[in-house]
Amino acid sequence: MNTVVLLKRVPDLVEDLEVDSSGTALDSEHLKLTLNEFDDHALEQALLLKEGGGGEVTAVALDSEDVDKMLFTALAKGADRALKITGTGAVNGTSELAEVFAQALGSVNYDLVLTGVQASDDIDGQLAPTVAAKLSVPCIEVITGVEAGDGSVTVHKEYAGGVLAEFEMTLPGVLGIQAAAQSPRYAPVSKVRQIQDSATLDEVAGAGGDNGKFSIVVMTPPETGEGAQMLESVEELIAVLDSKGVI
Amino acid sequence: MTERYNLTVNTGREKDQSFVEKESAVIEGIDVSGRWNRMFVPREIQDYDLTNMHKLTAIPGAESMGWCYQCAQCMPACPVDTAGGDYGPRKIFRRLELGMDLLDSRDLWLCTTCANCLRVCPKEVDMIKIMPVARAAAVLEGNVPAELLEMFQNVAEYGNPMGQSARKRAAWIRKSDAEIRVLPKDPGPVDVLWFVGDFYAYHGRGVDAANAMARVFNALDVDFGVLGADERTDGDSQRLAGEPGLYEELAEHNIEQFKQHEHERIVVSGPHAYNAIKNEYPAMGGEFEVEHYTQFLADQIDELKPLLTGSFGNRKVTFHDPCYLGRHNGEYDAPRDLLEAVPDLDLIEMYRCKEQGYCCGGGGGGMWLDGFAAEQQSERLSENRVKEAVMVGADVLAVCCPYEVSRFEDAVKSTNNDGKLEVLDIIEILDQCMGA
Amino acid sequence: MSQDVLVVAEHGQGKFDDITFEMLGAGKALAAQTGGACVVALIGGSDLASQLGAADKVVTVDGEGLENFNPESHSAALAAIVESTSPRVVMIGYTSMGMDLASALSVKADMALAASCLEVQAGDTVTAVSQLYGGKLNVKTDLGAGPCVVSMLAGSSPADAGKGDGAPATETVAAPATDGKVRFVRLIEPEAGDVDITAQDILVAIGRGIGTKDDIEVAEELAEELDAAIAASRPIVDSGWLPKNRQVGKSGVKVTPKVYIALGISGAPEHIEGMKGAATIIAINTDKNAPIFNVAHYGMVEDLFDVCEELTEELQDR
Repeated sequence: MNTVVLLKRVPDLVEDLEVDSSGTALDSEHLKLTLNEFDDHALEQALLLKEGGGGEVTAVALDSEDVDKMLFTALAKGADRALKITGTGAVNGTSELAEVFAQALGSVNYDLVLTGVQASDDIDGQLAPTVAAKLSVPCIEVITGVEAGDGSVTVHKEYAGGVLAEFEMTLPGVLGIQAAAQSPRYAPVSKVRQIQDSATLDEVAGAGGDNGKFSIVVMTPPETGEGAQMLESVEELIAVLDSKGVI
Repeated sequence: MTERYNLTVNTGREKDQSFVEKESAVIEGIDVSGRWNRMFVPREIQDYDLTNMHKLTAIPGAESMGWCYQCAQCMPACPVDTAGGDYGPRKIFRRLELGMDLLDSRDLWLCTTCANCLRVCPKEVDMIKIMPVARAAAVLEGNVPAELLEMFQNVAEYGNPMGQSARKRAAWIRKSDAEIRVLPKDPGPVDVLWFVGDFYAYHGRGVDAANAMARVFNALDVDFGVLGADERTDGDSQRLAGEPGLYEELAEHNIEQFKQHEHERIVVSGPHAYNAIKNEYPAMGGEFEVEHYTQFLADQIDELKPLLTGSFGNRKVTFHDPCYLGRHNGEYDAPRDLLEAVPDLDLIEMYRCKEQGYCCGGGGGGMWLDGFAAEQQSERLSENRVKEAVMVGADVLAVCCPYEVSRFEDAVKSTNNDGKLEVLDIIEILDQCMGA
Repeated sequence: MSQDVLVVAEHGQGKFDDITFEMLGAGKALAAQTGGACVVALIGGSDLASQLGAADKVVTVDGEGLENFNPESHSAALAAIVESTSPRVVMIGYTSMGMDLASALSVKADMALAASCLEVQAGDTVTAVSQLYGGKLNVKTDLGAGPCVVSMLAGSSPADAGKGDGAPATETVAAPATDGKVRFVRLIEPEAGDVDITAQDILVAIGRGIGTKDDIEVAEELAEELDAAIAASRPIVDSGWLPKNRQVGKSGVKVTPKVYIALGISGAPEHIEGMKGAATIIAINTDKNAPIFNVAHYGMVEDLFDVCEELTEELQDR
């Protein structure tokens, strides 16, 4: 089974996010991008499927800051091929991104497409179902377990409260991964550097983009309301607990 | 052929002299020539499968593991065994004989690379070389304790083990009451490039020490600058914990920064940074004059002394030698010179000090294996050490390694010595006594 | 295009989820702005229609393969309802089921989409406020005149506003055929847990800030002293450090204890969704900008270990 993993870089939430002077975009000067954590799980799940039943794993990403290192890291972890989509310029939202990915997948031989269930900047929906709709293949979101079958996969979809629904999905298809069967593996930097010297990234010119059907009016930090009353000491904390009658 | 006989050596005992040996003798096809007590066939106790021993000693750098002859000199020297860890080079060798795969064993992660075993080892079995390469092999195989893995990931992503924003490395400077020149913003030659380090920049208690350092530098009119957000972890702990690629990346980055700003010397807050820059960075193309802050300040003790106008109240202070300043780099005097310069400070020594100093447990990556190690030992090394400090009657445990303040403070609490022992960085003591 | 607002009901195991009534309330308010009706799309489970008294109209699709949620057949059924009702705004939950429906509908029916929405307004154009970047920013988008899809965050409006005792007209749309590429197999209930965290008065909840598995002990000691249960945010459960039945939030459970102590939890929207109903929320986090402080009643910017240890000791001494 050949698996494609769509990797997306998102603003790192460890950093303070600042809105630029237009009020409609993040200030790029202070922006640090990082791999969407759910995409990391998608990659891990793809590698587990390959280790369990063979096939190739292809990691695909859009050209952006530090994307080469991210793709070499995917190769170091065990992906067979890395594909960088170049020349698209700024991509506005999930719908445009999905269009670019869908176009690029035209040149890839795949059975299963995996990507993260969601990302912190999903303004106009999630990548997995959007790509699937554009490719006209089936999709299931919020997946926590995948087992490969013959021309199909059996998956667990998670609902609120920990209830799982088991589905069978005919391939080709797309899954939005919530969690891989194990924590994403670590790629030692020496291995990444070694791969960087020996492997090459495939490149494909990006096409598509549908100029998204939304426009951003304004980005603002959430109103904090009254906010929390800040406590300075454990004594104050005990006083609060006391006043709530729990101690 | 004439038979020739040897008389045995004279042992001084009469009965020994009654033995007469043939110089050449063959009995039932076995040559038994030689002294009377010679074993004429190898004495075979057990057939060992040495596959895993050879797997380890085949790793470049780990050869000396095979040199152990089980003399056990290392056992009382090993701080992990002392803390109930059932550990030490001799035990590792023996377990390898019995088939242990070190790369897949808890034994791989308990060594703090403190070098106390190497000090006493007649065979020079060098855990300082063995551990990093063996761990690197295990890391490549994906065998890494989760705590350590998280640290690697944080450092790879953010350049600091805490996983904090790289930009915020300079945040403490903005809040500091001292005058601190941030070189990337305010470039130009300086005498001292102060390599602040992660704990001083990010950790609450470390920031206290960083501020103290800046104030002391100000008082001494030191012409210094810092790299601010351009600094990264020195990489020593990552190297020792088995991530050489990450170390190289960090070293390359820091070396580039050091080269960008003209300076006479680098002064570091921590022994690991000192060790890395002094002993490891040269191989990466970075030759710099580097001093630990205690060395830098001890050299100016005459200027420093008049500034120390406050009193330390005759408190008893004992000093914990950091492994990577003391044993690894031979500096035992500078920290003590500084403490002795403090008015009304009563410096006392612990039993295990200087060359024989006990390890805090944080070295060699131990800082990020705390939960793992605590589970394998009857106590933390830091707890063992704090008990010793209390035993010798110290009021204050003085340290000069940024890892140690929080380690020992935790140990003071967990050994129920709260209020009995205060943990202070030497720079905090100096700052306190400047009477500002 | 009509001026109607179509609310996609979500149900499972014979009952509606809260999000259905929350959206019905919000949908009615929005319909008042558009001047249209608030219509509920009920896919499978038409026997539940009587509970939708607050709606102006209910459109049902029933048929084989619709008894249990199925991304493929429910998407096809929703598309059929949208085609027949031609609404201006389609409201779908930003939930596990909703994620399968919203994006697919948006692409196939060529409608604009805003996800993770807190609120929606309609004038000449439809605008929506999405909670993004882990709750650190709200993004207001303009979706044009319509038609459009909005996926609503659970808890973004009160469920009570979506309850009523009217008797809306019911209309039925035929179930469209599908390729059968997605087949429902079974539901798997979570293993009965040792503790039901939804029934606790006090919860000590831990998040990513806890660092390592061994450090959970510190929180457990505090919980024991407070006679509280341990709960957790998603990363802790995903790491296998605590069982699934301890997870609070979007993919876990909703809790409403008297006191909720959040240790090292940054406050991602997915987590806040599950705990904002707590009577008193106390958050302890080293990051003073953590969004958790926006929903907490009390906050402390401190290392959670120090606070836990000190608090535990103080409580032991009492």
